[in-house]
Amino acid sequence: MPATRRFVLSLALALATSWLMLAPGASADGVLRLGNATEPESLDIHLSSGVAEANIQRDLFEGLVAEAADASLIPGAAESWEISDDGTVYTFHMRENGRWSNGDPVTAHDFVYAFRRGLDPATAAAYAFILYPIKNAEALVAGDITDLDQLGIRALDDRTLEITLKAPTAYFLDMLTHHMAFPLHKASVEEWGSAWTRPGNLVGNGAFMMDEWVPQSHIKLVPNPYFHAAEEVSLDEVWYYPTEDEGQELQRYRADELDVTYDIPADQINWIVENLNDEYRNFPYLGVYYYAFNTTEPPFRDNVGLRQALSLAIDRKVLTQRITRAGEIPAFSFVPPGVPGYQQQVLEFADWDQAALNQAAQALYAEAGFSEDNPLQIEILYNTSDNHKKIAIAIAAMWKQALGVETTLRNEEWKAYLASRDEKAFQVVRAGWIGDYNDANTFLELYVSDAGVMNDPGYASTAYDDLVKGAAVETDPATRGQMLQDAERIFLTDAPVIPIYFYTTQHMIKPWVEGWVNNIKDVHPSRFLSVGDH
Amino acid sequence: MFGYAVRRLAGAVPTIFVVITISFFMIRLAPGGPFDQERKVPPEVEANLAAAYHLDEPLIEQYGRYLANILQGDFGPSFRYRDFQVSELLRDGFPVSMQLGLAAMILAVTLGFLAGSLAALKRNTPGDVAVMGLAMTGIAVPNFVVAPLMTLILGVWLSLLPVGGWGGLNHAVLPVIALALPQIAAIARLTRGSMLEVLRADFIRTARAKGLSEGAMVTGHALKAAALPVLSYLGPATAGIITGSVVIEQIFGIPGIGRYFVQGALNRDYTLVMGVVIFYAGLIITLNLIVDLLYPLFDPRVRND
Repeated sequence: MPATRRFVLSLALALATSWLMLAPGASADGVLRLGNATEPESLDIHLSSGVAEANIQRDLFEGLVAEAADASLIPGAAESWEISDDGTVYTFHMRENGRWSNGDPVTAHDFVYAFRRGLDPATAAAYAFILYPIKNAEALVAGDITDLDQLGIRALDDRTLEITLKAPTAYFLDMLTHHMAFPLHKASVEEWGSAWTRPGNLVGNGAFMMDEWVPQSHIKLVPNPYFHAAEEVSLDEVWYYPTEDEGQELQRYRADELDVTYDIPADQINWIVENLNDEYRNFPYLGVYYYAFNTTEPPFRDNVGLRQALSLAIDRKVLTQRITRAGEIPAFSFVPPGVPGYQQQVLEFADWDQAALNQAAQALYAEAGFSEDNPLQIEILYNTSDNHKKIAIAIAAMWKQALGVETTLRNEEWKAYLASRDEKAFQVVRAGWIGDYNDANTFLELYVSDAGVMNDPGYASTAYDDLVKGAAVETDPATRGQMLQDAERIFLTDAPVIPIYFYTTQHMIKPWVEGWVNNIKDVHPSRFLSVGDH
Repeated sequence: MFGYAVRRLAGAVPTIFVVITISFFMIRLAPGGPFDQERKVPPEVEANLAAAYHLDEPLIEQYGRYLANILQGDFGPSFRYRDFQVSELLRDGFPVSMQLGLAAMILAVTLGFLAGSLAALKRNTPGDVAVMGLAMTGIAVPNFVVAPLMTLILGVWLSLLPVGGWGGLNHAVLPVIALALPQIAAIARLTRGSMLEVLRADFIRTARAKGLSEGAMVTGHALKAAALPVLSYLGPATAGIITGSVVIEQIFGIPGIGRYFVQGALNRDYTLVMGVVIFYAGLIITLNLIVDLLYPLFDPRVRND
C-alpha cells in the first residue's frame, strides 16, 4: 500500500499546486484589462482575419503609417514620406530610432520581407487583397508571376522604402495601417516557424511585447522598452481576455475584473442606460446591416418594383429604436456616413413617414402582380443569433401588415449559413458588412458583376461596373468620388439589397481609463490609454 | 483482477478505433469547412490553403494520413487556432478541466451521499423533506441559470468571489459548486432510496438482532451497501460533469478543454474535435474500468474474473 499511497499523494500535490499558475490580472493603476471577444485564431499578421486579433497585433507591431487615438493617420515606423505626382510611387523614410523588441533596428528590408511573405501564394493569406494596389501583387498571389523582384516594393537602402502602385489609390495610406502591412523580424519568423508568435519568440516593433499567452484564458502584454515612443506609453500591463458571452463579460466588468468590454449584451441595454450610462460608450461604426435578395431566381429576378416595395415597407426607425436600441442609424444607403471625401447617397423617400412609404410599397407590390389572394411567399435566411431573429420576426411582421407577404424564417449556424450563402440557397439573406478601410470602395466593390460569391444578390449592371472599375483608376479625387456616388445611386435604385441600419460599436469603460477616443474604425491603440488611480 | 483489467483495456482499443473512424467521417458531413469565412479568398489562395492542410486529397487518404499520425502521437495542428498544435491545447487545458471536474465530483459524491444518507435515516422528518426539496431544485434548474445567479449575488453585489478567470482557490469555488450542484442533487436522491432499501435488508435486521448499535451498524454495514448504486452512477455522473463543464467553462472563462468540444464543432476545426473526442473516449473508458474494478470492494457478491 505505501507505493499506492505515495502515488496518490504526489498526484494530489501536483493537482493542488497547479492552481497557482494562471492567476489573471488584478485591478491596479497602470494595468488595463480588456474584454476581447474571441480567442485569437492566430497572431501571425498574415494568417488572421478578425478584429480581436487585429487589436492585439496593433499593440505588438507598427506599420509604416500608424493610427492616433482618434484613428487619424500619423507617422508610424516611417517618419515621413513623399508621393509622386502621378500618385503611383510612395517613398517612405524610416525612423532612425526604430527598434524591434530585441533591440535590432527596424529597416526597410523588414517591410520588403513581410510584404513578400504576405503575398506569397504558399502563405495563403486571407487578407492578401489589402495589398493588391501594389504593382504585381495580385499576379504574385495568383501565381501568374513568380519573380519576387517584380513586386512593386523595394528597399532603396536600410532606411528608405519605395512602393509602386499599379494605379493611384486614394486610400492607400489608410490600408497601410492594416496588419497585413506590418513588418516582420525575419530571423525570428524563420527560426521559430509556426511557433514564432509565442511569448519569448515573438519579436515586434510595437509599443508592447508579449509576456504570456494562455489559450482561452488571457494574453498579457508589457511595454516594449525599445519602442521609439516608449516614454509616452503609460501602461505597465495590458491584459486581453477572450469574452465570448456578452452577458458574462458584463458581469466580470461589474465585478471590476475588466476595465473595458468588447461589446454589451443587447438585451440588457435598457438596464445599462438607466444604471451605468456614464460608462457606456456608443458610436457609429463603419458597417451596414442589410438583407440581400437572390436576384438570380424568381421572384426577385428582374423585379425591381417588388424589391423596392419590400424595402419601403420596413420601418427602420421602429427597428432601431425599439428592437436593437443601441443607437444604430436607419440606413437608406449602403455606404455608411463618415467616409472622407464621399457624399452620402440617400434615396428620396428617406424622410417620408412610414404611412406614405407603405402606400408606395403597396402600389409597387400590386404592380408586381401580388395581392391578398395571391400573396408573395418568401423565406428569410439568417445566422443563428437572438438579435437577428428579433429583427427577422419584426420585418416579417411589417411585410405582413403592410403588404400581406407570407414570410418563413430559417436560421443556420455560422458555417452552414456561409455555405448556403455561397450556393445562393436563399431568397432573402441577412448580412452585414464592415469596411476593411475607410473608403466607399470597400463597400461598392462587392457588387461588380465578376465579384464572385461575395456578390450575394448576383447583381450585374454594366453601368455600375464601369463606374466602380473606372473609379479604381481615376486619379482626380473629386471625379473619383463622383463616380462612386453615381454608382451607389444606380445600385440603390435597382435595390438588389435592402440596407437596414448602420452599425454602432458599444463598450463599457471604467471611469479610471483615460485616453479613449470614440472613432468610426473603433481603433484604440493601448499606447494612448492610461489607467489612473482607483 | 489484473487479468480482468488487461482484458478490458485490450477490448478498449477496437472501441477507440471505431470512435475515431465514425467521428472522422461524421465531422466532415457538416456543411462548411474550417477556412470558410465571410470575406472570400481568391481561388488560388483557397487552393493553397487546402493543399497545406491536405484537404484536397480524397477523404480516405486523409483518413489514412490521420491514423498514421495518431499512432505517432501527432494530433496535428488546430485548424482554427493556427498557432497551436492540438496536443498542446489538450495538454494545457486538461489539467484545468480535470481539477474542476475532480473537485466537483468529490464535492458531489461527499455532499450528495451524506445528504441522502441523513435524509434516509431521518425519513419523513422536516429535514428529509427539505433535503429532497433542494435536491429536486438542483436537478431541475439548469446550471447556466444557477451559475450567473451565483456570480451576480456573490461576485457582483457582495464582491466575495471572482466572477471569471482561473488560478487561485477563490476562482474555483463558484465553478466547482455550479458544476457539482446537479450531481449532488441526483446522488442525494439515489443514496436516500438505496439507503432506505438497505435498512430494510435481512442482514441489517440480523445485525440489530445481535445487538449492534445503530451507529456502528450504519457506518460499518449500511453505508457500504448503500453506496453500490452511487458507484454505478459514477459513470453517468462523470458524463454529466464533462458535458456540464462545457457550459461552466464558458460562463466562468475557464481555460479547460470542455469548450473545445463545442467550439471545435462550430468552427469545423476537424483536428481539434478529433483530439477532444479521442481524449474523452479514452477518459470514459478508463473511468468505467476503474468503477468496475472498485465494485468488488463494496459488494463481495460481485467478482471480476
